[in-house]
Amino acid sequence: MTILAFILAGTLAAATPLLLAALGELITERAGVLNLGIEGMMALGAAVGFVVTYNTHAPVLGFAAAALAGLALSLVFAMLALGFMANQVAAGLAIGVLGLGLSSLIGKPLESQTLDAPAKLAIPLLADLPVIGALFEQDLVVFLTLALAVVIWAVLNHSKLGLIIRAVGENPSAARALGFRVLRIRLAAVAFGGAMAGMAGAYASTIYTPLWADGMIAGRGWIAVALVVFGTWAAGRIVFGALLFGALSLGGLIAQAAGVALPSQLLASLPYGVTILMLAVISSNRRRMRLNTVASLGQPFAG
Amino acid sequence: MAPLLQLSGVSKRYGGVQANAGIDLRVDAGTIHAILGENGAGKSTLMKLIYGVERPDEGQVFWQGQAVALSSPSDARRLGIGMVFQHFSLFETLSVVQNMALIVPGSKAELATRIRDLGAAFGLSVDPQAMVHSLSVGERQRVEIIRCLLLNPKLLILDEPTSVLPPQSVALLFDTLRALRAKGMAILFISHKLEEIRELCDCATILRQGRVTARLDPRQGTAHDLATLMIGRPMPPPVHPTPHGLGEERLALTALSFANEDPFGVSLKDVSLSVRGGEILGIAGISGNGQQELAALISGEIALKSSASSVTLMSHPVGDLGAAARRKRGLAFVPEDRLGRGAVPDMSLADNALLTAHSRGLVQNGFINRKAERAFTAECITRFDVRTAGPQAEAGSLSGGNLQKFIMGREMMLNPSVLLVAQPTWGVDIGAASEIRQRLVAMRNAGAAIVVISEEIDELFEICDRLQVLHKGHLSPSLDVAATSVEQIGTYMIGAAA
Ligand SMILES: Nc1ncnc2c1ncn2[C@@H]1O[C@H](COP(=O)(O)OP(=O)(O)OP(=O)(O)O)[C@@H](O)[C@H]1O
Ligand SMILES: [Mg+2]
Repeated sequence: MTILAFILAGTLAAATPLLLAALGELITERAGVLNLGIEGMMALGAAVGFVVTYNTHAPVLGFAAAALAGLALSLVFAMLALGFMANQVAAGLAIGVLGLGLSSLIGKPLESQTLDAPAKLAIPLLADLPVIGALFEQDLVVFLTLALAVVIWAVLNHSKLGLIIRAVGENPSAARALGFRVLRIRLAAVAFGGAMAGMAGAYASTIYTPLWADGMIAGRGWIAVALVVFGTWAAGRIVFGALLFGALSLGGLIAQAAGVALPSQLLASLPYGVTILMLAVISSNRRRMRLNTVASLGQPFAG
Repeated sequence: MAPLLQLSGVSKRYGGVQANAGIDLRVDAGTIHAILGENGAGKSTLMKLIYGVERPDEGQVFWQGQAVALSSPSDARRLGIGMVFQHFSLFETLSVVQNMALIVPGSKAELATRIRDLGAAFGLSVDPQAMVHSLSVGERQRVEIIRCLLLNPKLLILDEPTSVLPPQSVALLFDTLRALRAKGMAILFISHKLEEIRELCDCATILRQGRVTARLDPRQGTAHDLATLMIGRPMPPPVHPTPHGLGEERLALTALSFANEDPFGVSLKDVSLSVRGGEILGIAGISGNGQQELAALISGEIALKSSASSVTLMSHPVGDLGAAARRKRGLAFVPEDRLGRGAVPDMSLADNALLTAHSRGLVQNGFINRKAERAFTAECITRFDVRTAGPQAEAGSLSGGNLQKFIMGREMMLNPSVLLVAQPTWGVDIGAASEIRQRLVAMRNAGAAIVVISEEIDELFEICDRLQVLHKGHLSPSLDVAATSVEQIGTYMIGAAA
């Protein structure tokens, strides 16, 4: 396998956990809520998903349990941020720490255990193409996630539900004056984001690297949050950012294997830095920022 | 037959303010019913109770004879009630048709066609694909009205729909409303323009301090009588500025051109004007012809890096300076949209005062002097008769007209050398409006240079020395008010002047 084929094959899988979490956070933020607890929700989802899959040998159950765990934790966040109108930044950070702690606790008995990697699906014909064929041989979740990105883009831009979410995020009092239940819509958006973060964690721990190690999410929740902001709340740019991160992290591995004379810490941090730099350049377009920024993001709303 | 809508003994309290107290109201199908009252009398509050945005503390609402409890605007819409809010409930990052699609069923293509048809039929033309943030205040009003009409309501509530419409559109709107009335629709109509109410409405209810003080037929009696009933004392007569000596030139725009990046905005072409101390220059024109851009270029919200000398303040080039630097040189500015750009809704009045008056000793060594801040705010509140609980009240809780009085007062108290005011009396009741005009004239007499951007021709003729008309980004030559006529200005407004 050539290096290019290796990167092509691995990029999508590396991007998938980021993408799942970022798409969830996209909906949450578009409704005007800033959830900084994504890292903790991913970690909790990863532990729960791993434990359930390990014991039942049913990856679907693992994903479902992880989604529920992420959702449950996001509801605690919603109770603080929406119910008690607590500062969203502080509430999100606290919930994130709680999630990390719960994750260590739940995963502890299975430290260093492994799972069987699930089979890959090859798209007929396309997968037989030279070099880029590797792109079309992935596990099911990768394909589902990409499909979901398209669905979320369509919902946000071309459906009434998407309009309502954006309206609530831009001007909650006007939305209320038109009769939309702002808090309910925000609650649903937070719950969706939590469930997505849980599944993102499950993907990381049961499919991408099917092995339990404490702290395995390693900041990917934060990257997901950054992708949403620097991707200017647009699904397409978020996908681009996630793929870029995925490709760079594989590139780093290859460079390390090839013995490039750079400290490994530097190589490991490269994808984080370059992705954020790229997205910052993209989002420096002021007009685009103005049109896409969620006006009420992070502000509590009463009633 | 039971009336379409009836209220009995409805009350609503906001903290210490009794906004509505024991209000009885009856609205019949096929009538246009005016609600009159000073700023803060409780008109908008009453409408919000009817539309289900707020719930009454006491009292009962009857719809076609049935007692109903409206817990949300969607309940009200289901019954057939539509409302155009005084402060817009549009979403700026969505397009016109997307804003409609939020509450009106139908595909986007269908909606766009219906928007165009309604616009053509009622003279409310807007581009369905335009983004709302690029629309002028007047255009936004049209969008709100169309959004309601798309739902075919039985009762239409219009909270000050005409305060920002140009005269031609007001006439068209009235034709529309009469046609709707003929079809059996009931309309609740709030306006501070008494002549309009006399022209349009079948009956009127007058509120003062949250209570009904009179019910009458507005077509009997004069506008003056209505005004007296409304404010509880006779109206002060208008003050026309008398000619007097002029000072040196304070503000000048020289052949200023501005290419707007925003595809929906207006570009200004070769705009020149000059204002001297002691005079008021009026900028007439239908909103959406470049007023926002002109105001932003004068205030410094848009700075032109390349042509500093196209804008001068006291003969210094300032075209490349931002708003704060120009304020420092003696410019003060009242923007047309008061919630959002004129004031921050969830900050207290005192903190809002600080935003532009920080140079008046309200900040010492980088710290806010709370005492001075409160004193300044309290003085503004009393001098400009702002009805509010006090300096700590949130700006967003003031009634529309009172907030306008506050912002005008804040800028006037800075004693600026040059004052730029956009739509100074939009939504301000007649008593307060005449007071604001008097103060503008008094400032002029004291030597300030004043630019007033307004759509109200009568107002411009009352207070200005000279007029220029803005049409499609072009500014007409200066016309002396004494030597021009409303008709002449009108032809410039629609671009028909030779
Ligand atoms: N959300 C709120 N919180 C606190 N006070 C409020 C609120 N809304 C209105 N008020 C107060 O209730 C009173 C009535 O306000 P309302 O907006 O009904 O006046 P209005 O008659 O519509 O005036 P205007 O002509 O200026 O629009 C005012 O004193 C106002 O300050
Ligand atoms: Mg009002």
